Amino acid sequence: MSATLTDALALEPDGDGWRLLLVGDWSLAAMPRIEAQLKNLPAALSGNLVCDWTDARAPGISPAWALLRRLAETVPPVNVTHTGNPPHFLDLLQKLHVERHAAYSRQAEPTLERLVGKLGRWSVLQGVHGHGVIVFLGRIATVVGEAFSRPRAWRGSSVARHIYETGITAIPIVSLIAFLISVIVAYLGAQQLSRFGADIFVVDLVTIATLREMGVLLTSVIVAGRSGSAFAAELGVMQLNEETDALRAMGMNPIELLVVPRVLALVIALPLLTVIADAMGLAGGGLLSLINLHIPLPQFIARLRESLSPTTFWSGLVKAPVFAILIAMVGTYRGMQVRDSARELGRLTTVAVVQSIFMVILADALFAVLFVQIKF
Amino acid sequence: MLDPNFNPAIRVRGLHNRFGAQVVHDGLDMEVQQHEIFGVVGGSGTGKSVLLRSILGLRHPDSGSVEIYGQDVEKLAATDRLSLVQSYGVTFQNGALISSLTVAQNVQLPLREYFSLAEKTLDELADMNLLMVGLAPDDGAKFPSQLSGGMIKRAALARALALEPKLLFLDEPTSGLDPISATAFDELLLYLHTQLRLTVVMITHDLDTLFQTCSRVGVIIDGRMISDTLPGMLKNPNPWIQEYFHGPRARAAEMEAAKDGHG
Repeated sequence: MSATLTDALALEPDGDGWRLLLVGDWSLAAMPRIEAQLKNLPAALSGNLVCDWTDARAPGISPAWALLRRLAETVPPVNVTHTGNPPHFLDLLQKLHVERHAAYSRQAEPTLERLVGKLGRWSVLQGVHGHGVIVFLGRIATVVGEAFSRPRAWRGSSVARHIYETGITAIPIVSLIAFLISVIVAYLGAQQLSRFGADIFVVDLVTIATLREMGVLLTSVIVAGRSGSAFAAELGVMQLNEETDALRAMGMNPIELLVVPRVLALVIALPLLTVIADAMGLAGGGLLSLINLHIPLPQFIARLRESLSPTTFWSGLVKAPVFAILIAMVGTYRGMQVRDSARELGRLTTVAVVQSIFMVILADALFAVLFVQIKF
Repeated sequence: MLDPNFNPAIRVRGLHNRFGAQVVHDGLDMEVQQHEIFGVVGGSGTGKSVLLRSILGLRHPDSGSVEIYGQDVEKLAATDRLSLVQSYGVTFQNGALISSLTVAQNVQLPLREYFSLAEKTLDELADMNLLMVGLAPDDGAKFPSQLSGGMIKRAALARALALEPKLLFLDEPTSGLDPISATAFDELLLYLHTQLRLTVVMITHDLDTLFQTCSRVGVIIDGRMISDTLPGMLKNPNPWIQEYFHGPRARAAEMEAAKDGHG
């Protein structure tokens, strides 16, 4: 029988065994073709097989390795010899082949065990994560507790820097968005309310919506996107550069130096930003009422006073520090979790933003229920 | 087209590189012959890495020409440039393994990019390249962050060898390794050099590596390069070269090399 395969290989019977002629381009560039043809070699070869390299052009290491691997898979094993000026690296490859065989003699785990193992590892990982969060909260609490007896631990200059970066620099974007959103709400509200001749209630709509909910919620979402991600990325890169380890090795506490100042700064900055957002929201509502509904400003302010209860403003503002703590802690915690690779940094920064926005909205829902219950 | 047997493998002519007012290379000439291991040495800040980056085309030199296999790297068309890049392997000082890929995926990266091969074949080729640099196939499943310094250098070498280059650039291949790992790396390099008939250009500060492996040495002094064989270099009267090759560390390395019968 003479099974001639195209191009790279030709298999011929030779006495009581086989002769495998290697022909044409055998360089790495021809690898895909060689790979396909090696696959077509009959599985049941036995006895002696002679590889003839005489007509192989520019033989490459990878194709030669693929050939050796393929010939080693035949059942029963063939006894391979090489003739016709085989490439100089063949000895090296044969040596590596023996080493590989030794390394792979161990059996792979069966599927079921692997699945159970995966599930177990996942469960343990969840436990470790939960533990990590508790430890993180505990460390922050410890630092804050200590700081009352050791004022230096408040790190005033660091807090000031972060107030500037998370608060002052966010004023333009927070103002703009609060203004625009309240204009939109007033505009759409006016479309509906004017049908009942109840234009004046646009004022109630805008003021209550802005002060109770939108001012603080929008500000928190913007800050989570701006500063939550920045916290995670900054701390993450410091982790990758072993900067946090360096701090620990010098006896300093990264939680005290890096985490607590950011949390504190945001707790101070976010309520202030919320006040600005509230003011801009009211301004937007007032402007739209003037232009679109022809409600003069004194009348707008008079109606505003009537519509507000004493707690409306505070019921929005009191949420701001809570949201600030959530955003800052999620950001810094995720940043401190970064290990090993650039991809982790990107992943955890994303997680930080998504989780902090989710936590803010969840907390807002809980506040809503709470305020209704206590009639705040 | 590229002729990988062209001699000299690398020819640098009149290379000038400056950063603002600081002149790094002032008419540097360099020639690397086929099948030699050429060591580049020089004090800190003399532009060893800048030279490497200029040769690799990662930095556009202010003037001068760089030829690899007789092709001017600056004047190549995009397709020729690609085949030139595929014809050499590079390892960077810190390994530069892609941190989000496993070691095996790092090794497979160029193979996957340029050839469409079955997963099984790719795995087998990764095994081969890892075995070739003295790593176990099991190490392929690890991420770079799980490797020791010596293993990172070896994995980087495995990736550099994946496209079967005849020309290898190594930037400080033994820096940061303990003497035993460094010696093992030297031996590995010599072994691969003979087995795969490689031409190697190596930046190194490691005098042991220099004496154990290099057939010729180029020293960068005042923006130029003085190239010679090691024995020739030892007799060079230049004061910096004298101090470099006859300092206490150099003497120990020299004695070691003489004992081993290399160098």
